[in-house]
Parts: sequence; structure tokens; C-alpha cells
Amino acid sequence: MRFSMLPQVFAQMFKKPWTNKFPAKYIPRSTTKFLDDVGSGKAKLIPPIETPEGFRGKIQYDTEKCTGCKLCIKVCPTEAIEYKEKEKKIKIYLARCCFCAQCTDVCPVNCLSMSNEFLLADADKYSKDLIVE
Amino acid sequence: MIPEATTKTTYQLPIGPIHPALKEPVAFEFEIDGERIVDVNVSLGQVHRSVEWAGMRRNPIQILYLAERICGICSYCHPMAFALAVERVAGIEVPERADYLRVIQAELERICSHILWAGVAAHEIGFDSVLFLTWQMREKALDLTEYLTGNRVTKAITMIGGVRRDITKDMVPKVTETLNYFKDNFEKLRHIFLDDKTFKMRSQGVGILTKEDALRLCACGPTTRASGVKKDVRLDQPYFAFGDLDFDYVTPDVLTGEVNGDVYDRIIVRLLEVKQSIGLIEQCLDKMPAGDIVSEPKIPKLLATLKKAKGEGIGRMEAPRGEVFHYVKLDENEYPYSWKVRAPTYNNIMPWIPMLRGEQIADIPIVAASTDPCMSCTNRVAVVDNGKKYVLDKEELHRLSVEKTRRLMA
Repeated sequence: MRFSMLPQVFAQMFKKPWTNKFPAKYIPRSTTKFLDDVGSGKAKLIPPIETPEGFRGKIQYDTEKCTGCKLCIKVCPTEAIEYKEKEKKIKIYLARCCFCAQCTDVCPVNCLSMSNEFLLADADKYSKDLIVE
Repeated sequence: MIPEATTKTTYQLPIGPIHPALKEPVAFEFEIDGERIVDVNVSLGQVHRSVEWAGMRRNPIQILYLAERICGICSYCHPMAFALAVERVAGIEVPERADYLRVIQAELERICSHILWAGVAAHEIGFDSVLFLTWQMREKALDLTEYLTGNRVTKAITMIGGVRRDITKDMVPKVTETLNYFKDNFEKLRHIFLDDKTFKMRSQGVGILTKEDALRLCACGPTTRASGVKKDVRLDQPYFAFGDLDFDYVTPDVLTGEVNGDVYDRIIVRLLEVKQSIGLIEQCLDKMPAGDIVSEPKIPKLLATLKKAKGEGIGRMEAPRGEVFHYVKLDENEYPYSWKVRAPTYNNIMPWIPMLRGEQIADIPIVAASTDPCMSCTNRVAVVDNGKKYVLDKEELHRLSVEKTRRLMA
């Protein structure tokens, strides 16, 4: 066949696009306002595609369990973890984190874990959302 | 410095040396006669990203994730080649199951990379509907990668002495489902790439690399196999579990019965390798023995072992683009004494010279893309014509390429 792509293109015209239009069908003029509207129930959010099991998202930190052994600091490739001398606890800067989950693997008391939260964009790298302690 | 044009009719066209999206900064000086490329001069050695320097200030576990970021597409083979080198130094034995799991991940990366490349190649000649079709298929490969490793691109699956995640029995159906999707769609992809008139027009007889040139210039990976050179690290020096698996060199004569060494042959080789990779993953799933996935699960203990290791080692792997090579020297220290990386594109840059000689400016994108480098190198091109300077950027080159396709169609 001379143009073997043509049947494909025609078939595609009648198929639903694969793109999941998260968070809305059209980009809202103001995302913050849109999120406020979603909160008050005025607008509806198109949910994102679900993350699979074992997804490496935002780190969860259980302060109670932590013994301050510093092993996570030793293996962190991006040096995103700071040690708080006084309290003998850690502070994780997510803006530096590369989400490799090496710290959660090495933790002897399992006080670190990966959640499936991935919406972490922020204008300020030291914002409250991006620091886990 | 650019030498003066030898005759009035030829002019110089420099490309590079620095571009942010290029993994390996490289400078080209084309000598152009009208539309034809008379000569190409490549100057390498402008690569310095301090990755190796940064690695010498990190312990081997931290380097795994640094090595992963050398290349976005080869984000598996770089840390794995590093791990192979370190394992050789420290004498770490890898469990058999881990060897099979490593093969599965390596072949999944190859499928992903080759399908991505096929889309980029189609885009370079202005065939964007194929780009979207191939990338739709690549999405399935990425979904599987995310399912198996926890992330789409930076997989973080490598561990010295094994892998970090197992493929359990209940994960197998999802893997076979995706592999069946690829098998079903492979024929479609083959038909589009190899039978379509547009592809044949732009790729047959273009960018020829002869077998002699491929051997002389030490090309590697699919680029050299497309010229008929049977060279594949997986078969020449088997690593992981490749020694136990049944497969053979992919050269274009398997399909067409002849070797031309042109862009068309490189498309054939990559497509056949996708099929081969699917087969390899299936073989691995069948043969995979039960057992440990990592030789030393306790990372502090592993770090202590590596701290005591002394010596030098190399790690060689067949990355999607060719042979990747890591050299590591450990010196009874927390950090390695030395670390050297050689990526496959380094070998595949020199073959550009015989490939591009005699071609047209509009063929630069597809010929360059056919070796699967980081394609943004065609950006920031300055043309100096009779002292008047103007810039030929990627969009302009792409436009010229699309126009050539249209012209040939008419």
C-alpha cells in the first residue's frame, strides 16, 4: 500500500482521545480560583489517572518512630535531608528530593514511607508543603 | 576556528558546540555546495558536566541515582553498568533471579527507547501522525515501567548486587498483557514504517554507512548492526542472564536479504529489536527461578563492604543506542577514587561524517536522528553566506525537511 498510515488516521478520527483532561476540560484562567470553586462545590474536578501500587510520591515521615540514626542522610543522593541536632530528628526538603525511595528502604524503624501524592508544584521551594518534618 | 571556504561556491555551516539539550556537546562544520554537503568536520571533547566529579564525592549507593540522570532515556543502563563495575571490584555475586529481573528491565527500556526513536524519526521527515501513533504505544511501555518500578522515567530499580523490586506472580498478568499489546501492534508499526511510500522515499539510499566505515569508526549498537556488523555486547560478552537466553544478532538482511546501511536499514534493525526484546522478556518470565532479588538487603552492611573494596572494574552493557561503558576504581574509601562513563552516542558521532557526505541540508535531521543521538543538536545553526550571517534553527531545518517530503510527493 502506498500510504499505509491513512487507514490508521481515519480510524483515529472516530476514537476517543487518550488524554485525560485533568484538572478541567479547558485550562482555567486562574488555577487557585478554580480550586476554590471546586472546594465550594461550584466547579467539578476531572480526577487524575490513578497512580499504581508502589508509586513513589511525597515522603511521609513518622516523627515518633524516628530514632535519629542518620542512615537516610548517608544514602540520600541529593542531600535533601537535614539533621536537627537538638531534637535528633530529620527535616526533608522535597524541592531537592529525587523520589528514589532509598531513605525509606534504608530506614531501620520504617518511619519513612512514600505516599501517592504527586501534585507538588510550588513557586517557593521552602514552602510548607515542600518541607517534611 | 572555521577555515575559509576553499572555493567561491562552497560555504561553511557550523553546528554546535554547546546546546543545553545535548548530552554530548559537539561541534560540526559543514562545507556546503548549494544544497549538497561536500564535507563534514566533527570536533568532540567539549563534554563536561561534572557528573563524574560529583560522583567522586558520593558513595556508590548515591552514585546509582546520579548515574541514572546522565541520560533520561537510558536511565536504566547507566546505573546498571555502574553497578556491574562496582560488583566486579567488590566481588559481589548477583542472585540468579535478580539477573533475570535485570534483563526484563533492560529489554523494557529498549522497547521504550526504540519506539520513542521511531516517533522522532517520523517527526523529522514531517510525518507527525506516525509520531503520535508510536508515542501512544510508548505510553503503554511507560505505564508498565511505572507499574514495575514505581516511576515512569527515572526508574530507581538498580541496586548493587541485584534489583530493588521483584516481579511477583500477581504482577505477571499485567506484563504479559502489555507484551501482547505490543505484539498485536507490531505488525501495524512494521507495515507503516517499512511499506509506506513516504518513509521509503526519505530513508532508502540516504545516509549510507558502509560496513568498512562502521568497523573503522567503531560504531556501536543498532547503527553498526544496520551496516551488517554483527556486534552486540549481549551476545559477545553475555552479562546478566543473556547467556541463557535464545536470541541472535539483528541485521537488516534478516528481513530484506540485503544490507545497505542506509537510514531504512536502521529503521528495520530497531523495529526488529523491539520484537526481539518482547521475546526476551517472555523467555525471562518463563525461565525465571525463585530466590533472592538482591545479594545484600541491608544497605549499611553493603556500604561497609564497598568501603573495604579495592581495585578497578568495568561495566559493559548494550544500551538501546549501543555499548555503554563504565569504569570505576575503588580505593578503600567511602567515595570511589575514579569513575569514567562512555555513552554509546560518543561512538556513533564519527559515523555521521561518511553518512552526511553528499547528502542535502534537508537530510541532516533524519540522517542525524538515525543514529539516535539527542536530536536537539540541530538547533542553533548559523549559516555564514558571503559574510552575511543568519541563523538556521531546528524549526527552520525541520521546515526544510518537511518541504522536501512534500516536494518528493508531488
